[in-house]
Amino acid sequence: MAYKNYILVCAGTACESSKGIALYEELEKELKAQGVEAEAQLVKTGCFGFCEQGPIVKILPDETFYVKVGPQHAKEIVAEHIIKGRQVEALLYDKGQKGTSADEIDFYQKQQRIVLRNCGVINPESIDEYIARDGYAALEKVIFDMTQDEVIEELCTAGLRGRGGAGFPTGLKWKFTKNVESEQKYIVCNADEGDPGAYMDRSTCEGDPHSVLEAMAIAGKTVGANQGYIYIRAEYPLAIERLNNAIDQAREYGLLGEKILGTEFSFDIELRLGAGAFVCGEETALLASIEGKRGMPIPRPPFPAVKGLWGKPTVINNVETWANIPMILLKGSAWFNQIGTETSKGTKVFALTGKINNSGLIEVPMGTTLREIIYDIGGGIAGGKKFKAAQTGGPSGGVITEEFLDIPIDYESLQGIGSMMGSGGMIVMDEDDCMIDVTKFYLDFTVDESCGKCAPCRIGGRTNYNILDRISKGQGTLEDLDQLKVLALAMRKASLCGLGQTAPNPIMSTMKYFEDEYLAHINDKQCPAGKCKDLISYTVIADKCIGCTACARVCPTNCISGEVKGVHLIDQDQCIKCGQCFDKCKFDAILKG
Amino acid sequence: MTATAEKEKMLTPEIEAFIEQWKEKPGNLIMVLHRVQEEFGFIPRTAAFEVAAALEIPVAKIYGVITFYHFFKLTKPGKNQIAVCMGTACYLKGGQDLIDECERVLGVGLNTVTEDGEFSVEAVRCIGCCGLAPVVTVNGEVFGSVTTKQMNKIIDQFEEK
Repeated sequence: MAYKNYILVCAGTACESSKGIALYEELEKELKAQGVEAEAQLVKTGCFGFCEQGPIVKILPDETFYVKVGPQHAKEIVAEHIIKGRQVEALLYDKGQKGTSADEIDFYQKQQRIVLRNCGVINPESIDEYIARDGYAALEKVIFDMTQDEVIEELCTAGLRGRGGAGFPTGLKWKFTKNVESEQKYIVCNADEGDPGAYMDRSTCEGDPHSVLEAMAIAGKTVGANQGYIYIRAEYPLAIERLNNAIDQAREYGLLGEKILGTEFSFDIELRLGAGAFVCGEETALLASIEGKRGMPIPRPPFPAVKGLWGKPTVINNVETWANIPMILLKGSAWFNQIGTETSKGTKVFALTGKINNSGLIEVPMGTTLREIIYDIGGGIAGGKKFKAAQTGGPSGGVITEEFLDIPIDYESLQGIGSMMGSGGMIVMDEDDCMIDVTKFYLDFTVDESCGKCAPCRIGGRTNYNILDRISKGQGTLEDLDQLKVLALAMRKASLCGLGQTAPNPIMSTMKYFEDEYLAHINDKQCPAGKCKDLISYTVIADKCIGCTACARVCPTNCISGEVKGVHLIDQDQCIKCGQCFDKCKFDAILKG
Repeated sequence: MTATAEKEKMLTPEIEAFIEQWKEKPGNLIMVLHRVQEEFGFIPRTAAFEVAAALEIPVAKIYGVITFYHFFKLTKPGKNQIAVCMGTACYLKGGQDLIDECERVLGVGLNTVTEDGEFSVEAVRCIGCCGLAPVVTVNGEVFGSVTTKQMNKIIDQFEEK
């Protein structure tokens, strides 16, 4: 602790892409230039979660939380904060009105960070910092002080359930694998985060890679496995780099590899890259992909816990589940058990995105209501628009409407209203979003990602997509609605794996809660949200147009004609319905409808 | 091996060393294909045949894997690769409009290369920058909160290079 200050700079993908790296380099330069290198330690950390306001800089020990910091601000931060000890007010969130530290900001107040405990706190490239925060203490405890059954018992009592979406009790899964007699067993981490609009696992791997490694080693010791694999998306280069770096460090410290901590227990981890296949989030498909094959699922049972990778018993959990485990073993099941609801314990990480003011990564106790998430943490709907629905569970989930904003969120309650927990994507939609359009988007996704092995998913999905496409073009009939339902039920019952079984969920859910929108598209040939391009047109209201030519200048296809100070006209044949004229017009002279 | 060794080899010595290192490990094919694509930007046909020979597996198996996964490409992408994120958040905030705009400006459809070989456009799955939606990447550089107007400027910017 030789340094007077610590400057934490977010180096997650989102902040990096908004020039976080340039900021880091500039801060480094300024510390040198202003001669205070010895006073402040610059640290790259993982995601703070508040991506909307990135890049983020946090200064310790006073916990000052700066938002939207650019490279151009580096000089001022060093000169003012580091040298003179004065906060740079312009960079404080809300200009400091609600406080200057992270804890005082609304966004963080209702959060409880277990999985993300180290994200934005430690340097993810340093094993020493992880160890300083009790890292690998749980592994040590498991190796020296606990029996295999005690570990499993602890997880069962804690009530930890799989965070990948299905919510299967983790302790039970481990028990199955432990009880199978086999010379070779495997531990697998599912980091193939395929849900579009979700990035919890990526941020965890980037911000706290050792928590995953430690938990996998614990599982290895508990079930008697000596080899682990992390299956991660190739689209996450930074997470891959950090995990590889963490594995090397752990090997060097004797925490992975042969004879861990001087005992007879050996365990090692390798990375395997995914290659862009959503179906590989399904565990049997994922295992096929690790084996280097096409990622096609096989019927279960037998479950991977008994017969998995290369036919051997395999424990497979997702990143968030793994990241919970060291904390549970350190703090005890009783501590974990008191967080959450009756059936769902602990916290859940959500990627809160869409039409919301504070997009970002949040972690809340199970049982938090959607209203708290959207309005207290998320700061409400962007642009003062009206809330329409929140979507959880991605392409396998459903919508949650206003009437359910106050139910406590857990596995059962979400399922009860036709959605699901999923891996943690939470997308907020406002009045401008058309439910048919969104459903079509998800169907397009699942059709594209269907592996094609079983007919219900391959054919049912495509047929339903075609029906939705017709409806969105105003060519749907009432019979189409029945057909959608019939096919949806067939897919749900007869598909081979989770992808096909859950692919109809967005349809069922939107048909239940937004039937009026379907009917408007079919009966009135109208899209109430004004999103379906075939059902809208833009026209100039002659009385209101003053001939400012703003619309004509912004039109990408030059299809708006008219003299200066004369009424303009949109050529409907040329119009691509991009809506730019509508957004540009200051006189409300363009009618959308 | 000897037959291909006489002809000019496509795989670089580095890739061959990589294959050697992975050869005995089970499930190596996808990792090897990643390495090949990293080098060439796609999986050239000749390279696929050479990988088959090196790993002693049928070419059909290799193509089975390449065509199953979205990440692997069979054709050479443009010099500048534009990727428009089509994750849910980006879609809601206008990702499709950005694709339409790219197609309009460049005159090519998705996954096609412009005649001069300068640009190719693809729609990609969530790249996990949802807070910045809609997001576009060009050659890996990320642009957040992009409007159709900015899309034009971004294309111009790379056209000059």
